[in-house]
Amino acid sequence: MTDLNKLTIADARDQLRAGDITSAELTGACVSAIEGAGALNAFVHNTAEIAMEQAAAADTRIKAGDAPDMCGIPLGIKDLFCTKGVDTQAASGILSGFKPEYESTITTQLWDRGAVMLGKLNMDEFAMGSSNETSVYGDAINPWKRDGDDATLTPGGSSGGSAAAVAGDLCLAATGTDTGGSIRQPAAFTGIVGLKPTYGRCSRWGVVAFASSLDQAGPMTKTVRDAAIMMEAMAGFDPKDSTSRDLAVPNFEAMLTGDIKGKKIGIPKEYRMDGMPAEIAKLWEDGTAMLRDAGAEIVDISLPHTKYALPAYYVIAPAEASSNLARYDGVRYGQRATLAGGDAIDDMYEKTRAEGFGPEVQRRVMLGTYVLSAGFYDAYYNRARKVRTLIKKDFEDVFAAGVDAILTPATPSAAFGLGEMKDADPVKMYLNDVFTVTVNLAGLPAISVPTGTDAQGLPLGLQLIGRPWDEGDLLNTAYALENAAGFVAKPAKWW
Amino acid sequence: MLDLTYELPKPKVIAGAKHDWELVIGLEIHAQVSSNAKLFSGASTTFGAEPNSNVSFVDAAMPGMLPVINEYCVEQAVRTGLGLNAEINLYSAFDRKNYFYPDLPQGYQISQLYHPIVGEGEVLVEMAEGVARNVRIERIHLEQDAGKSIHDMDPNMSFVDLNRTGVALMEIVSKPDIRGPEEAAAYVTKLRQILRYLGTCDGNMQSGSMRADVNVSVCRQGQYEKYQETQDFSHLGTRCELKNMNSMRFIQMAIDYEARRQIAILEDGGTVDQETRLYDADKNETRSMRSKEEAHDYRYFPCPDLLPLEIEQEWVDDIAKTLPELPDAKKARFIKDFGLSDYDASVLTADTVSAGFFEATAEGRDGKLAANWVINELFGRLKKDEKDITDSPINPDQLGGIIALITKGDISGKIAKDLFEIVYTEGGDPAEIVDARGMKQVTDTGAIEAAVDKIIAENPAQVEKAKQNPKLAGWFVGQVMKATGGKANPKAVNEIIAKKLAQ
Amino acid sequence: MSIDKDTAARVAKLARIRVEDDALPALANELSNIIGFMEQLNEVDVDGVEPMTSVTPQRLYRRTDVINDGDQQGAVLANAPDAREGFFAVPKVVE
Repeated sequence: MTDLNKLTIADARDQLRAGDITSAELTGACVSAIEGAGALNAFVHNTAEIAMEQAAAADTRIKAGDAPDMCGIPLGIKDLFCTKGVDTQAASGILSGFKPEYESTITTQLWDRGAVMLGKLNMDEFAMGSSNETSVYGDAINPWKRDGDDATLTPGGSSGGSAAAVAGDLCLAATGTDTGGSIRQPAAFTGIVGLKPTYGRCSRWGVVAFASSLDQAGPMTKTVRDAAIMMEAMAGFDPKDSTSRDLAVPNFEAMLTGDIKGKKIGIPKEYRMDGMPAEIAKLWEDGTAMLRDAGAEIVDISLPHTKYALPAYYVIAPAEASSNLARYDGVRYGQRATLAGGDAIDDMYEKTRAEGFGPEVQRRVMLGTYVLSAGFYDAYYNRARKVRTLIKKDFEDVFAAGVDAILTPATPSAAFGLGEMKDADPVKMYLNDVFTVTVNLAGLPAISVPTGTDAQGLPLGLQLIGRPWDEGDLLNTAYALENAAGFVAKPAKWW
Repeated sequence: MLDLTYELPKPKVIAGAKHDWELVIGLEIHAQVSSNAKLFSGASTTFGAEPNSNVSFVDAAMPGMLPVINEYCVEQAVRTGLGLNAEINLYSAFDRKNYFYPDLPQGYQISQLYHPIVGEGEVLVEMAEGVARNVRIERIHLEQDAGKSIHDMDPNMSFVDLNRTGVALMEIVSKPDIRGPEEAAAYVTKLRQILRYLGTCDGNMQSGSMRADVNVSVCRQGQYEKYQETQDFSHLGTRCELKNMNSMRFIQMAIDYEARRQIAILEDGGTVDQETRLYDADKNETRSMRSKEEAHDYRYFPCPDLLPLEIEQEWVDDIAKTLPELPDAKKARFIKDFGLSDYDASVLTADTVSAGFFEATAEGRDGKLAANWVINELFGRLKKDEKDITDSPINPDQLGGIIALITKGDISGKIAKDLFEIVYTEGGDPAEIVDARGMKQVTDTGAIEAAVDKIIAENPAQVEKAKQNPKLAGWFVGQVMKATGGKANPKAVNEIIAKKLAQ
Repeated sequence: MSIDKDTAARVAKLARIRVEDDALPALANELSNIIGFMEQLNEVDVDGVEPMTSVTPQRLYRRTDVINDGDQQGAVLANAPDAREGFFAVPKVVE
């Protein structure tokens, strides 16, 4: 049975429960797809053997009738999640050879529910990037190409491998993480759904830390329904993560009615950036109209501090990262540089980190070190945190005024070519996150939904931002948008 | 509060080559919290285990690991604050202190810079009877301890053991109120005593559960008073920090050396560099720790993995109810209720076990006598045997029994010492032993008279000599004691002999 | 605010990342660029605004004082580049 890898989680679940297919068959189809997809460079460590064992166990469970929604579903896991006994590098040379002796809370929850691990997925090194071009494994490639153009495109980042794998039907879904847009932007670039939950909804234990106050894991899936199903499996309070929230996880799928009559959808004027491409503006207008037609009330809103989100993010995230990455020092795990005779401990640190960290990671670590250093703490870090308070307050005010969700573009463009940004200054690359970083700073849930294509046939996505802890409501609005948009396009298989 | 008035101790004066100088000292004590598990992980705090065996993945700073605070460690910090009469901050927060060192796996230490759990408090440090200084505490905060690096196991490598990494420390910071090396040692001693009373730190300096960083500066006479008036530090000298001192004796020696070093520099027209120094006990000198490169820039910022800690007043009040009677109060009570001297009360309240032993011994008995016996006989004997009060072969009931027999008059003081030795080495009930071995004092005056008469009758020459020189009556006392096997009541013997000789 | 070569060197040292002398100017340039971008934050009126400490305020979760971890020397050392006799071995640290 071929093409089982093209199923959604929901359909696969139904067919598994009906006994029409087995997880072994489903997993086998994905394993074959992966074998033929080396050109995408999405999977960087394959765990086919483990997958088949898990599939067999899942089949037993399904037959017994005690099978959770995710049971038997083959998934890809972003290389940022610690998977016990399986290479975990965060796409960095400094963690080459590292096999954790522990499993992240989120993946533990997925395996406990019977899901199947196909392997680890490519990403930007330490989640720092928007194009998956900083990975020690090499670039991940977008399954989509421009009409009549053979150029390879970025799948976005940092969860580029996850996005490429789901869009290319190499797995039914994947885990991602989002610190400034790293789930939502790649989802938009590859025509899939990506959800970042409220900060604290998912446990960060066992997820390699980039920026502690911004990182959140989330599902990357083919449909909104799948995101709802997988989100429920990933979420939940973890006593091992002090920043996780002790809040019950609702049945998100049950909240997908598709009915958004009377919902207030905010359109923030500050997101209409200077020089916004016409296609993006149109996509946004079309999306607004779809929601209006579905019965929602559209309101113009203002989020006055929007333009300061990127600079605030690029102070806070590198600052936290510079401290979080200090542990990669060649002492207890990962790579240690080859030393010359007479090298002392500081030489070891400096050589190890210079060799092990790629240029973007080095840049951000040094930037973060600088903004925290004596004399600059108040000017940069403290000021950025105050601006963050104001950004969060912008959203709080809007929600308090009765807005249920906010609609914005997810990205300022479609996927760009790999290598296109190579000589541009780093700030230009950072601008890719302009629509998404506000959400991480405010700790809100947000989802990217594909709603159209650009003139060259590349997918484009819209972002919906929800109230804290209201992922269910947000998913439902996204569901209505997805239904209205009717985006069903798939990339033509060239690999 | 106790109503005690004290005289301030005089500041130490060191005569330099040209002038007289005074010292200004502040201490930062790192005290390991007594708890089962570490501050942010569930690994054990036990000392002396196999290397890297009391280490969780959180302690080892593996990728993706996160801290979770141990509530009991917070409780112990609050308890310490209450025991030092300090302000408890219901809101406190954790900051990261960033630097690279192999025994600091995270590359940062989780500490509390901006919002410590405990604010200002005080410690009464007595230098002599009626002479004391109230040393003010600036703050107490919680922080992680680091691991251990061993540098002498290999010529080219250092070896790292993370067992101690993450153990909870309380950093107790004093204000610069201390004015001499003896005062500094007395302060550390008193603080250690209070922590042990509270049960929040075992104060074991040899094993490193308590260490002191000593800040020393010198100033000319009159400058300190100017500082006190204005709170302006420019009136004081530049201070140097002597790190990781773990011996009372070395603290004093190090302060003395350092003060003289600074005085020599200043009298020579130089300036003292503010720096961190280490004390070398073998050479009795301090030397600079600062490497040729820049001083550390710790880049403190709030730890994003931990939310601010907010505790409730009710919880603090509940902890306050569990506080034991503290040394100052216990000492005052011993003086008042048992009529003890200041010195004796100090010795007996050095720790709660000794104090408890004494109180049990003294219950319903002569307090002063009990104090005398506990301090001089028992402690003396235990010290000779290199035993601790907790290993005392004689218990309060037994010792109290001996004291009761003395008070009752059943045995003399001298016999009591023999009895003590018997009970100490063989055990048993003192009253029973006295009966069994016929150790009871002879107080029957008739029997004593008979014995005296006999001796007088047998020694007429001595009688004549004694009548001339009353001092020689002592010979008769000795003879009567010998004749009665030491059991005659000495007081009665003396009286009867005196009476008979006068006849 | 522009970052000069010496500052770049100092930052690299603090971050324990070796940057060769001839690469320092480029690094200084890059960092200056990004810092320049951040200076937009100076436009914001932050008077009286509290710096955000936690994005979703809640009561800090506390653990009880039980020993439920550790006792896993093997696992702790499993990924070590140089483990000897139960210790992590590193090049000599000069005090």
